[in-house]
Amino acid sequence: MAIRAFLGLMILLLFSSTISTALFEDQVGLADWHQKYIGKVKHAVFHTQKTGRKRVVVSTEENVVASLDLRTGDIFWRHVLGKIDRIDQVEIVLGKYVVTLSSGGGILRAWNLPDGQMIWESILQVSASSKSLLYVSANMNVGKDNLILVFGGSLIHALSSTDGQIVWRKELSTNSLEIQQVFQPHDSDTIYALGFIGSSEFVAYYVNYKTGEVLEQSKASFESGFCGEASLVSDDVVVALDASRTYLVSISFRNGVINFHQMYIPELIPEFSGKATLLPSMHNGILAVDIASTIVMLRVKGVNELKIIEKINHPSAISDALPLSKEQQAFAILQHDESRIHYKVKFDTDLTSEIVWSREDGLASIVDSTTSELPVEKEGVSVAEVEHSLFEWLKGHFLKLKGTLMLANPDEVAAIQAIRLKSFEKNKMTRDHNGFRKLIIVLTRAGKVLALHTGDGRVVWSVLLPVLRKSETCGNPFALNVYQWQVPHHHAMHENPSVVVVGRCGHNFDAPGILSIIDSYTGKVHNSLVLEHSVRHIMPLPFTDSTEQHLHIVIDDNLHAHLYPKTSDSVKIFIDEMPNIYWYSVEVGKNIIKGYSLELKGELDMAENDFQPKELWSIVFPSASEKIALTATRKMNEIVHTQAKIIADQDVMYKYISKNILFVATVAPKAAGEIGSVTPEEAWLYAYLIDTVSGRILHRVSHQGAQGPIHAVMSENWVVYHYFNLRAHRYEMSVIEIYDQSREDNKDVWKLVLGKHNLTAPISTYSKPEVTVKSQSYFFTHSVKSMAVTATAKGITSKQLLIGTIGDQVLALDKRFLDPRRSVNPTQSEKEEGIIPLTDSLPIVPQSFVTHALQVEGLRGIVTTPAKLESTSLVFSYGVDLFFTRIAPSRTYDSLTEDFSYALLLLTIVALVAALLVTWALSEKKELREKWR
Amino acid sequence: MEKGKGLARRWAVEFAENSYSSSPVDVPDPMGFSRSSSDPDDANASRQKKEAEAAWKAQKAWEVAQAPVKNLLMMGFMMWMAGSTVHLFSIGITFSALWQPISALQGVGKVFEPYKDPRVDTLAPKLLFIALNLAGLVLGIWKLNTLGLLPTHASDWVSSLPPASEVEYAGGGLPVH
Repeated sequence: MAIRAFLGLMILLLFSSTISTALFEDQVGLADWHQKYIGKVKHAVFHTQKTGRKRVVVSTEENVVASLDLRTGDIFWRHVLGKIDRIDQVEIVLGKYVVTLSSGGGILRAWNLPDGQMIWESILQVSASSKSLLYVSANMNVGKDNLILVFGGSLIHALSSTDGQIVWRKELSTNSLEIQQVFQPHDSDTIYALGFIGSSEFVAYYVNYKTGEVLEQSKASFESGFCGEASLVSDDVVVALDASRTYLVSISFRNGVINFHQMYIPELIPEFSGKATLLPSMHNGILAVDIASTIVMLRVKGVNELKIIEKINHPSAISDALPLSKEQQAFAILQHDESRIHYKVKFDTDLTSEIVWSREDGLASIVDSTTSELPVEKEGVSVAEVEHSLFEWLKGHFLKLKGTLMLANPDEVAAIQAIRLKSFEKNKMTRDHNGFRKLIIVLTRAGKVLALHTGDGRVVWSVLLPVLRKSETCGNPFALNVYQWQVPHHHAMHENPSVVVVGRCGHNFDAPGILSIIDSYTGKVHNSLVLEHSVRHIMPLPFTDSTEQHLHIVIDDNLHAHLYPKTSDSVKIFIDEMPNIYWYSVEVGKNIIKGYSLELKGELDMAENDFQPKELWSIVFPSASEKIALTATRKMNEIVHTQAKIIADQDVMYKYISKNILFVATVAPKAAGEIGSVTPEEAWLYAYLIDTVSGRILHRVSHQGAQGPIHAVMSENWVVYHYFNLRAHRYEMSVIEIYDQSREDNKDVWKLVLGKHNLTAPISTYSKPEVTVKSQSYFFTHSVKSMAVTATAKGITSKQLLIGTIGDQVLALDKRFLDPRRSVNPTQSEKEEGIIPLTDSLPIVPQSFVTHALQVEGLRGIVTTPAKLESTSLVFSYGVDLFFTRIAPSRTYDSLTEDFSYALLLLTIVALVAALLVTWALSEKKELREKWR
Repeated sequence: MEKGKGLARRWAVEFAENSYSSSPVDVPDPMGFSRSSSDPDDANASRQKKEAEAAWKAQKAWEVAQAPVKNLLMMGFMMWMAGSTVHLFSIGITFSALWQPISALQGVGKVFEPYKDPRVDTLAPKLLFIALNLAGLVLGIWKLNTLGLLPTHASDWVSSLPPASEVEYAGGGLPVH
């Protein structure tokens, strides 16, 4: 009995050890990498030149405020503010604080410049509609209590720069005042605030800097009106645009007297047509005007004299002026040239410039990603390389052996760690047996495509797609998605795989689409085209043509389908399969889901290959009580190993595995807002499972008192969704598992042995399979930013949910915790099956954070890819930062661990063989002696 | 080492004429020598001796035939100790329980070879031996089944079947934006 108890204990230990998959401190960085980014910079402030460590403080479109080393571009510190807390302006105060104005002028924060700690925070009362301006006096003296001014609409707040207290507050006008420019003439206590009241009145205020007292104000109205933009060109002249954006209006306001002077732009610039936009001021008498694809630089001399200095064609960006010395100023211009960028720095006087450092910060705004296999290793590696690596290998393993036997000194321990981190193996540009080395191909918002190596995250190639650049045919292009285009299996040695980037020429659904096919190994653009039709849906089909190109269907705004690639071969394949191809469209605004099939009217035109939609079904949600909040489907390329779920006592349940299930969550229209905006009685959530071929609702469940935001993930035969429970004041996670009732009677062993069953026969949803559903809900402490599920090569390994938490970390949660069959007292056989006793909340084990001690700032997405090794799944999570690792949900049962000592194994084998030989020789001798006796 | 012994045996010379371990040499008797006409007392003694030997052989054969009973009991005890969960101990015991009867059945002839005698009937002990070993085998199989290692349930046949392929394919979703 004691043995039984002992064995039981052993088994228990074995099982419990599989739950946690934490890693040791010295394993960090072996399989994972983390990259920090800040995003596209929109505002930069340079540290004064006197200080030793030069810095630049930037705010970016990803809502990051960061301090960078001016010499190397490294990040000293950074903070990612929330999505609703957009940074408007950044300034350096007193040479030691960074002041940020965010939330439309509502929040002012001061950060310590050397280390980025927050010093103070002030919340200001501003009207939401007006634009805010932060003003910091340039001639501040250290020691005195200096003021920071915030202009928002007609209100001025003056805050103390040391503690953020509001010193004075002044309302300038009750009318709709918009302050455009604020400046302080040298050596004076007067602030000039210039702005517009309404659309036609220009106003200049002279405000006492210390007290907020309005010393003087002058108003003048301009009959044709202003468009609301103004640029300060000198201490007493402002240039504005009139309401029609065809006149430049220079306004002089010297000594409280306001004079207007209009200039018709076509007179200045003959090729002008359309509408002009003013660019941020250069301040030294230079005005920059953007007139449709050309930037014109004008020098302003006096009120009525403007001279063209330079015209720049097709620039994509122009920088603010940067003062180099007292008189000199420089600014930079960016221009696109095919796939390259021209960077020009212009000075008042001629100087040369070179690039000191550059950062790949487009990676902070990834919109989509896919993976590609690396090239197959080819024969013919040079001998020297092999010898070198063999020697290194032996040395490395000798060191490892010393480490294992605890003979290594601290230096050698450090060397072992360095060898492990800088493994030559993991960074190779060829395929490996385990499938850990791959290329992650990412598409960024700017239309740049980059390939990252999974070994160390380096950029293998990058390409700025020329087709995703602004041009005459394509006004406002942006990138949408990236898909696999061609994955050669038969010719893997000779052909490279390729991906297709889909984009659109504008934010409207009727804008023409863009396709661009890129080689996955080199980044070479094979083919780029602006389509004649728009892109509403893209469906990668599970078919390939004879050259192994994947077939894609693009649905345009008129719901017509177009097949790509447009070859006769692919059309033939498609026509054969067309009766079984369906598509559906979720229209959130109209609260409708519609299902269609495709049909061909008349003769097929090969050049057009246009297929008409035929509406089959539609599900209309009552807009009074429901609003579509979220949809989720299974991943297209997910592989399921088995259709049976073996439950306790060797019973079988048949999973309902269909790729055509859509999970839809609807909420009460009232409860679509923030958490807490409605009472639990007014909030509800409906979860639907819909068959997308026939439009049949397989299951519907309601959660009373539940509210969004909803996140869902679907895999195999289950869906897990996360929402807020207003009654319990907690987040909740629910699981629904679907089982096929109509296969339930396949339980005769003999029939199965003899193969007399229909379990592997192709199934059609029109056969209306009966389904049963099991579901359960659990509390979950965290709110969720993103959810994903692990994917493995054969689908045998158990699954883990990957949850992007609010702290920008990725948590791995075993699917076993979200098993609807969990009960308070599981029976013995259920325990043996691995069912965990029911608890009301899901556990958060600190060791199961995939990101260990790191944070993926601004986490937006988690992507999983199977490795070739069945136990392992590759996880790539992105936001402002990038993080990659590989995880084994059931531990690496099919391979030895990374730190396995091969040298020790070899040594043991050698020792054993030696012992065997010696004992054999001894026994031979002894026997001979026996025989002679 | 086995080889060496074999060689040594090949060289051994058998001096005892009627050693039961070796068959009588089939050489004709010399002229005037009659085996039967030897001393009747002597012949009687030798017959008695042979009978006693046969009886002893039969008894031994029965003993050997009953030997698996002990084994069976021990196995049963071990199996009970091992419990019904699958782990190294229980699997080892089950497989030894399966292997012992099988190897014993394979070597039935060898086991009863020493007791082979024209006067001794070894068929009945042999049958008993086989039956007992078969019982041991059945016990092993039963144990295998209680461990759930026999494919006797539908689940054992279904889990290897791939999921059925689907006829229809549907794509789409929210409009891309």
